[in-house]
Amino acid sequence: MDEVVKAGSYVQIHKVELRPEERTGKLPEDTKQVPLELWTKGFLQDDAKLNEDVIIKTITGRTVEGTLVSVNPRYEYGFGETYVPELLQVGIQVREIVKGGIIR
Amino acid sequence: MKQDISYSAVMARDNEIMKKALGMNYEKYESGNIAFDYEALMADVGFTLEEIIEIQKSSGVGNTPLLELRNLTELARKISPKGKGARIFIKDEQCNPSGSFKDRRASVSAYMAKKLGYKGIAAATSGNYGAAVASQAAMLNLPCIIVQECFDSRKIGQPEILEKQRKCESYGAEVVQLTVGPELFYTYLRILEDTGYFNASLYSNYGIAGVETLGYEIINQCRAMIGREPDVIIATNAGGGNLTGTARGALKAGANHTLIYGASVDLAGLSMASDHDFNRKSFTTGHTGFGMPYATDPDHSDVPRSAARPLMYMDDYLIVKQGEVFYITETLAQLEGMERGPAGNTSLTAAFALAQTLDEDQIIVVQETEYTGAGKSPQPQLSFARQNGIEIKFGDSDEEIPGANIILPDHPSRIKVRHADLDRMKKSYIRKSVQHVKATFATKEDISYLMAETRKDHDFVVNTLNEMKIELKIPVLK
Repeated sequence: MDEVVKAGSYVQIHKVELRPEERTGKLPEDTKQVPLELWTKGFLQDDAKLNEDVIIKTITGRTVEGTLVSVNPRYEYGFGETYVPELLQVGIQVREIVKGGIIR
Repeated sequence: MKQDISYSAVMARDNEIMKKALGMNYEKYESGNIAFDYEALMADVGFTLEEIIEIQKSSGVGNTPLLELRNLTELARKISPKGKGARIFIKDEQCNPSGSFKDRRASVSAYMAKKLGYKGIAAATSGNYGAAVASQAAMLNLPCIIVQECFDSRKIGQPEILEKQRKCESYGAEVVQLTVGPELFYTYLRILEDTGYFNASLYSNYGIAGVETLGYEIINQCRAMIGREPDVIIATNAGGGNLTGTARGALKAGANHTLIYGASVDLAGLSMASDHDFNRKSFTTGHTGFGMPYATDPDHSDVPRSAARPLMYMDDYLIVKQGEVFYITETLAQLEGMERGPAGNTSLTAAFALAQTLDEDQIIVVQETEYTGAGKSPQPQLSFARQNGIEIKFGDSDEEIPGANIILPDHPSRIKVRHADLDRMKKSYIRKSVQHVKATFATKEDISYLMAETRKDHDFVVNTLNEMKIELKIPVLK
């Protein structure tokens, strides 16, 4: 991935807000062992490659530094990676119990 | 001079940053000991209920339909003892501009941010509230930053929260996403300090005053539709503001006999700050993981004193299971033709359980719905759960173990009323109130305050203080 990402591109950056040793004491053990990480998006200020440290200007005009992780970041969720058929049975069951229905 | 941005330095500037970001000084409400002047805090909103209605009307917020769920009521009656099965009504809050009641909560804050001349507005939230603030900010052309707790350490995000990110961005807001942990507050403070933006806290007096219109509308709509006030209003309870604002609004409408119930999804055993547990829950709000700690310790939020004080208004607190809420969400779509988000249906699930125990002529109002769609509806939620190793099956709701399985009730009669232990919560509230100010004694004023906050009698408060070995400074009559 040596392609240059042009300045002005809309990108996502990542940074570590707090390293594990900087985190507060009142945390569960599993959380204590990992850093507090941050992601945000904005317009790349200078040409750069992925995984390089960059500066972006966010949509509100803030300047934020971080590691370039993605270009034109897409939304990575939807209606689930698998269909859950159990839900169908709920509709069948409640319609059967109520039956007929009523005219409003 | 460059500011010290280390964790300890930023947290030490907490009060100073918040004072600037809220445009108000909370110190004036403090008594110097346990008590604080809640009604003075609420009065300082500076608007009457009628003025808030006008502010909300100007941004398309409020005046949502109240709908009777006849088929759901019919379902409850089919499985209830003869004569039981109260009528269930629902306030279709998804009709607000950003799709939830949270627009009410955001509207007054956004109005104030603009009026006070702030350059922008910010909020720390992973929920519908972010979308509400972003939407209100868009209407006022204010820049907006939303800070979300979103991912676990594998950068796996809750689909529901990812959808909120998209929605906020669709309104032109910047979204800052974080991994799990309460130090989100540190990042949030840094952003407030850097930007000088207004803190549209969920727990500010503006936020709660904005929800009062919801309770007020429900009472007036019930009077118009059925000629009387409802017997019970049920509010999904997380941070407590929804219930607090609704209850206050109902009282302002003169409904002194309507009972106010809270409802939360049972997530007992899952830690809200755990990286591992984060994606093992299928509800990101409306659950006991927020509902319990915020009710018993309201003043640990992002404002010095929270205006959300649910124990002052809650007549009962009903607990439902994740599988039950998915079941009722599906039922709402299949029997009523209304596809609405799962978390907001927490109170609907509790209403369905409660209806089976009340007489046919009694009225229950569920005070919200929320929008649904990608990331939010039961399909993505349950698919995500299955992907994360959660077992999904039909069975007995009482056997559900949060984080291990989701049990869809094998019959709607499995959906039963379960009560939280309010007295235990109230004792915990008293302990936290004492610890909050590191009190070593309690005055007569403190005791009266704790009685009002918990709606318990003098003995209950005094006994709890005695258990904590708190010195009582009460004048003794001789």
